[in-house]
Amino acid sequence: MFKDLFHKKKYATIPSGQPRTKPDIPEGLMSKCPKCGNIQFSKEIEKNLKVCPGCGHHFRLSAWERIAMTFDEGRLAEFDAEMESVDPLGFPGYANKLEAQKKSSGLKDAVITGEGTIGGLPVVAAFMTFDFFAGSMGSVVGEKITRAIEQAHAKKLPLIIFSTSSGARMQESILSLMQMAKTSAALAKFQGDGGLYISVMTDPTTGGVSASFAMLGDYNLAEPGALIGFAGRIVIEQTIRQKLPDNFQTAEFNLQHGQLDKVVHRKELKATLAKLLDMHSDKGGIINGG
Amino acid sequence: MAGELPFEKPLNELQRKIEELKKFGQESGIDFSDEINRMEERCKQLQEELYNELTPAQKMHLARHHGRPTSLDYIGEIFTDFIELHGDRLFADDLAIVGGLAKLNGVPVTVIGHQRGKDTKDNIARFFGSPHPEGFRKALRLMQQAHKFGRPIITFIDTKGAYPGNTAEERGQSEAIARNLREMAMFGVPIICVVIGEGGSGGALALGVGNRVLMLENAIYSVISPNGAASILWKDASRADEAAAVMKITAGDLMEFGIVEEIIEEPQGGAHRDLAAQSETIKEAIWRHLGELSKLSSEELIADRYNKFRKIGQYRAPKPEAELMVDEIESANV
Repeated sequence: MFKDLFHKKKYATIPSGQPRTKPDIPEGLMSKCPKCGNIQFSKEIEKNLKVCPGCGHHFRLSAWERIAMTFDEGRLAEFDAEMESVDPLGFPGYANKLEAQKKSSGLKDAVITGEGTIGGLPVVAAFMTFDFFAGSMGSVVGEKITRAIEQAHAKKLPLIIFSTSSGARMQESILSLMQMAKTSAALAKFQGDGGLYISVMTDPTTGGVSASFAMLGDYNLAEPGALIGFAGRIVIEQTIRQKLPDNFQTAEFNLQHGQLDKVVHRKELKATLAKLLDMHSDKGGIINGG
Repeated sequence: MAGELPFEKPLNELQRKIEELKKFGQESGIDFSDEINRMEERCKQLQEELYNELTPAQKMHLARHHGRPTSLDYIGEIFTDFIELHGDRLFADDLAIVGGLAKLNGVPVTVIGHQRGKDTKDNIARFFGSPHPEGFRKALRLMQQAHKFGRPIITFIDTKGAYPGNTAEERGQSEAIARNLREMAMFGVPIICVVIGEGGSGGALALGVGNRVLMLENAIYSVISPNGAASILWKDASRADEAAAVMKITAGDLMEFGIVEEIIEEPQGGAHRDLAAQSETIKEAIWRHLGELSKLSSEELIADRYNKFRKIGQYRAPKPEAELMVDEIESANV
């Protein structure tokens, strides 16, 4: 017995006949849910509006996926489609990174803006996208969103902004910061004249975007589980020297602390938006005196 | 010398040597005046070399100098009859922001500023000048008051940024900043902002939507602290000096971008060398801009502020069609 402790078992290796090959699955056929770890057919997830059928995790959407899901027939009359970022600071690596991002995403920058209808009601909307530069806001994002607000104002249409962003774009430094003031000032004018603005925060909405237009909706909605907050979790943990709870800065956390009107499941989102729009359409136009 | 910055070392050493030589001359009765004159000449030359061509990183260190005057220092020098007002009426009084009523050359104004602490204890009470939502909401309350009673608003910007803490997030740090940005756009009174030290990100901007943004010569203003940028760029926060160089954070840079209207000169060696003189130049600049702005109506002030921020940004885009049409009509008329 005692001797066994020092006695190392020996195993023989038996050749299995055929070398093991990887199962023949085409790239992208299956997707793994980052929350519950279930591996499922990508098609199943897509049919389910990119929500995990197992645990309800909302996968991130690109701007065009969001547009297809939100606007009637997925139709959008795009504004400022040709606007592109420049490198105003001559920031190391920025120009190259922009080119790489354009190539990988097929987009010009991190937001698409335009006009369409939801439930038959016309709206101006901005769709941010995380797959371009982590949805960061530089001059182009700020300018396109400001122009969208001005379009909604001029056309007396409601405005919806779908946010997803890591915050202000560091590579444009102070110019990025000032986009927060620019977009918020445009909202001040629009909302001050009675314009309706619905903000939809999706995963993640943080930093300079959450601290400007995203939090300024007449109605603030969010998708379940979306990360929403100003400062990053790691920075906060370093400041307070404590671990934060798992649900910190989730949509549900924000709802509990009074920062949101409603957390809306993606399946209900379009219907909820249509209902809200409908309740503001009694005057024919949306804006007071319109 | 207390608070000596590394790049100032050769200068301070020379100054020390001059002092020593003077003392030795007095004690020994030997005349060193030629030698001293020569050294003083060299000292002056060195000062000019050093302070006239400061790098962005050196400016950053001056902006963060622990002896650099704070909002309350300037408020005490520039204004009279300061009455500090407290609290956001919702949760608490955040000492990272101070504000109240005061008179500027006899004219009542609302004055608000970020407030760093003078020592460790004071710094802890003031969260090192990094506000919670209640700080921004206190500022908003005071600005709404100013709007109601038609008083100009003067703000002093001096913060590393909004406080990154769990309680700040729970109480809506994002919303508090965002709301200030929106509301500041619509106040029908002159707003003059002065960046006196470090302007860090959204926490700085939440007091920064002014008709005029003035900036001290060695102050800095950026979207993220150079330390934060360095840790993202190179995974090394200690390379802040390098980040400062690429981020365009100086008053001169911001003037080129059209964000700052005026650079306020500092005494040689930085604002902390002469509080009274610095306060005088800030006061003169505020008063001059206030004079210009007070000629505008409420509507014009709002439009002036809107246009200032509306223009900021650099991008490439084809001309909108509407503008093209106007151009064509104009050229047809010619």
